[in-house]
Amino acid sequence: MSGGTALELAASVRRGDRSAGAVVDEALEAIAARDGEVGAFLTVPGDEARQAAGRVDELIAQGDDPGPLAGVPVALKDNLCTRGIPTSCASRILHGWRPPYSATVVERLAAAGAIPVGKTNLDEFAMGSSTENSAFGPTRNPRDTTRVPGGSSGGSAAAVAAGFVSVGLGSDTGGSIRQPASLCGVVGVKPTYGAVSRFGLVAFASSLDQIGPLTTTVADAALVLDVIAGPDPADSTSLPDAPEPLVPVLDAGVADLRVGVVDELVAAEGVQPDVRDAVEAAAVALEAAGASVDRVSVPSVEHALSAYYLIAPAEASSNLARFDGVRYGLRVDGTDAAEMNARTRDAGFGTEVKRRIMLGTYALSAGYYDAYYGQAQRVRTLVIREFADAYRDHDVLLGPTSPTTAFPIGDRIDDPLAMYLSDVCTVPSNLSGHAAMSVPFGADAEGLPIGVQVLAPARGEPVMFRAAAIVEDAAP
Amino acid sequence: MSPDLEPVIGLEVHVELATVTKLFCGCPNEFGAEPNTNVCPVCLGLPGALPVLNERAVEFALRVGAALRCDVPEQSIFARKNYFYPDMPKDFQISQYEEPICVDGVLEVDGTRIGIERAHLEEDTGKTTHVGGGGRIHEAGHALVDYNRAGVPLLEIVSRPDLRSPAQSRGYVEELRGVLSAVGASDVKMEEGSLRVDANVSLRAVGSEELGTKVEIKNMNSLRSLTRALEFEIERQRDLLATGERVVQETRHWNEEDERTHGMRSKEEAFDYRYFPEPDLVPLAPDEALRARARDAVPELPAARRARLAAAWEITDADARLLVDVAGLAEYVEAASLALETGTPRDLVNWATGDLLGYLNESALAPGALPLAPDGLAELVDLVADGTLSRNLARDVLDEALREGKRPEQIVEERELAQVSDESELADVLDQVVAEHPDEVARYRDGDDKTKKKLRGFFMGRAMQATRGQGNPQLLNRLLDERL
Amino acid sequence: MIGGGDSRRPKLELFRDGSDTPGTIAVVAGKRISRADVEHVAALARLALADDEIERLTGELGAILDHAARVAALPTDGVPPTAHPFPLRNVLRPDELSSTLERDEVLAEAPAAEEGRFRVPPILGDEP
Repeated sequence: MSGGTALELAASVRRGDRSAGAVVDEALEAIAARDGEVGAFLTVPGDEARQAAGRVDELIAQGDDPGPLAGVPVALKDNLCTRGIPTSCASRILHGWRPPYSATVVERLAAAGAIPVGKTNLDEFAMGSSTENSAFGPTRNPRDTTRVPGGSSGGSAAAVAAGFVSVGLGSDTGGSIRQPASLCGVVGVKPTYGAVSRFGLVAFASSLDQIGPLTTTVADAALVLDVIAGPDPADSTSLPDAPEPLVPVLDAGVADLRVGVVDELVAAEGVQPDVRDAVEAAAVALEAAGASVDRVSVPSVEHALSAYYLIAPAEASSNLARFDGVRYGLRVDGTDAAEMNARTRDAGFGTEVKRRIMLGTYALSAGYYDAYYGQAQRVRTLVIREFADAYRDHDVLLGPTSPTTAFPIGDRIDDPLAMYLSDVCTVPSNLSGHAAMSVPFGADAEGLPIGVQVLAPARGEPVMFRAAAIVEDAAP
Repeated sequence: MSPDLEPVIGLEVHVELATVTKLFCGCPNEFGAEPNTNVCPVCLGLPGALPVLNERAVEFALRVGAALRCDVPEQSIFARKNYFYPDMPKDFQISQYEEPICVDGVLEVDGTRIGIERAHLEEDTGKTTHVGGGGRIHEAGHALVDYNRAGVPLLEIVSRPDLRSPAQSRGYVEELRGVLSAVGASDVKMEEGSLRVDANVSLRAVGSEELGTKVEIKNMNSLRSLTRALEFEIERQRDLLATGERVVQETRHWNEEDERTHGMRSKEEAFDYRYFPEPDLVPLAPDEALRARARDAVPELPAARRARLAAAWEITDADARLLVDVAGLAEYVEAASLALETGTPRDLVNWATGDLLGYLNESALAPGALPLAPDGLAELVDLVADGTLSRNLARDVLDEALREGKRPEQIVEERELAQVSDESELADVLDQVVAEHPDEVARYRDGDDKTKKKLRGFFMGRAMQATRGQGNPQLLNRLLDERL
Repeated sequence: MIGGGDSRRPKLELFRDGSDTPGTIAVVAGKRISRADVEHVAALARLALADDEIERLTGELGAILDHAARVAALPTDGVPPTAHPFPLRNVLRPDELSSTLERDEVLAEAPAAEEGRFRVPPILGDEP
């Protein structure tokens, strides 16, 4: 791992032990040397990175505060707008597009002294669970390059797992941070909906999307989240009150916490036995650390996946309408504007994106709205209510992140329904808007990483991180 | 024999609200700027951009709602209306669908209550210019798009189908325009597009409760076009029904050049807007403070003002309408009325709706910008009332006062225009006239009505000559009577 | 919420089998999606799909929707829909100017531009 955790790197740069320039150079060299095997990055803006590092070093030289993430190289999922730097969402339709503005999280990271060193690969427009849906080739799992890193934030997860960076940012709509984190053996956090501004995140499903960190340690995730979370007047759905800082509470332990292992998650369709065992072991560790642990049932979890696959594509079908060849991105000509739109979109979107646009358009169309989208939003209410019930008697919940460990590249790409099942454990938290994170917890018999998921209610990041720290310590 | 048919008309009026910035971003809400200079990631719909609602647009909407006596439900939500068109940056429009901000209002038009079904907020689209081809929409070579207007706040006001004639429809728009202007919500300039009207027209048998097949009419860019288009469409539908054909439900465009409505040659587009609640915005639930502030900001509305002035000043409805319709005129006259001494408000109104209005039209000045202050007009009216000036001379004086910026009394003094109203002076003049024309006097006394009238004019003319046109006519007449 | 078509717009003939009513929720959910439906949806979504794409999608969407039919069958009477996970309301901003983009920067990314505006092929249909 290049240089250590974000905490260590930032401390060393702030102290003057290392220059930001040197840290960034090391990261860029590692990427140049080894990313060919992994394919985590789509764009590596070396010049901009070195310039940014130079500015951090200048601040330090002047005796000014360079920020809590000073000199820390970060990887940004390529659906986050970065001004002047190509942002493609791994799609032909946006290939080469340079946004004229940066996402709020990108600006907050920069203000904290972090240095973006690359834009990472993803499933096109964040739709997928394996990063095989990228228009520019798949990313490979650094632990076993014949296997997927998970998705859709596979590039960021792989970049952290391969040691190119200690911090990656991803986005999570149905599990797209947590599932790749689990498959790659890193920490991945989906914050409470609204905790982190979505301004500048190319929208997939607006009522479900959240940006979050992928890191090697729970402490690093807390550090990053403390930097990027907080109200943003540019995002109407961002929570208006400032969150409680996480770094100070990480070591508070779990003596007073009540933990519930969710039956329906542990017994979900296709959960590997060793994954289930990992969850049980994590539960035991929490109990040993003083938490009270029992089982809890959230029955509507079983329907969350089906509801998700109506809500998410519906919102996506509308969010992706703007890609029409008029103002930016790909244009394929036509004799009239409508033909130009249709040809552009057919050429520019990949198979999975088209599938979801079609599904979503259908679910919203006249005569079907109530049965599909409307009904899915009602099921969503049921999921929220049942979670509320569970959280009356519990502070955090526990379950697998992904039913399986990393599967071989090509295994599921032709079977959409099989692919969708990867999300069965993660989707409920997107529907409810609650916080959830994946903590690496050993590996299966083939050495493939397993992740344990800690779930918390809205704004429950503090207790979630406290529990996650214990789980992390206990990991084999 | 087919029964008598009546037109049934509903109007959809789109109003651009006079906010400083657009509905969902801080770009200028400005007409006439260089193309694509008032844009940002939000109103361009760039990937990743998000909308944030303008609080003044909400306040304006609530003011209009209060003025139209609408209910404002506890909450309203925004919805996406999804369709593709190059002037739509996101290829969906953020509007309101099932839960609009205002419902169930009413607007009185010439004594008839016209129902307002709803009023809702939505964002405007960009502007498309068709280039090349025949210059007409369906023969264009290509099109150019400017997004300056995209995101400008619109209030869409939908009437119930309570209108029954083109004239009444025009009256509705005029009244609505007056209300919108009075509450300060819009500059309501149809010629600049800040007020747009679409109509739904159908015919039905008089006395029937059912609605006929309705046709939507678009592209009426002035009140005149509105009236002409409605007249044409009513006739067209009448003719169709008279020959036993059915009216097709469709959208038709008014063509100003050939003065007809035309069916649109669009492809068989499926108008399925797939409305769903806008996930990037949260519900709007105006609190009592905001509702009260909006209500308090509603001034005396045109209809009430017309009624009040007509009653207080005993003027006709037509005059009252003129006063209220011309921006600033009623205020000017009301201020003038406070300075009156001998004159009456009715006199003031006659001057205001006559010569003063003529000057306003000619100079294109607003009443507030006139060189003659309201109390100056009052001064003039008083000078006529107390006999110092004849009406004819007063017109002259007003003209000079407006052009030169002088006070009437000053002009009267400078030009020695004071009407001679001194009875003894006039009596002397008449005595002299009578003395100089004994034959005419005799002929008058012996003459018939016709002769009397003619000779009277002769004597008056002589008297006026002697007083250089400044003899007070009423006095002269009376004194002449006494001598003849 | 009643979604889809505006009640003031022309009624659509949605189902190529001639019906235009959705029937009960269970019936809709169980309805197989037809190739004609897929073509109609592709037109709504402005996707110029190739024949084989339409074939494939008809099968895939049908399978996914059958899966989603489980949702349709759930008892949700009296359960309100959730559009947002948390009851935020009244997020407003003051009516104040903020910076605009430079036109050059905006048009630099345009596929085609002319006279400071975005250029597109002729628009045949009228704006809905």
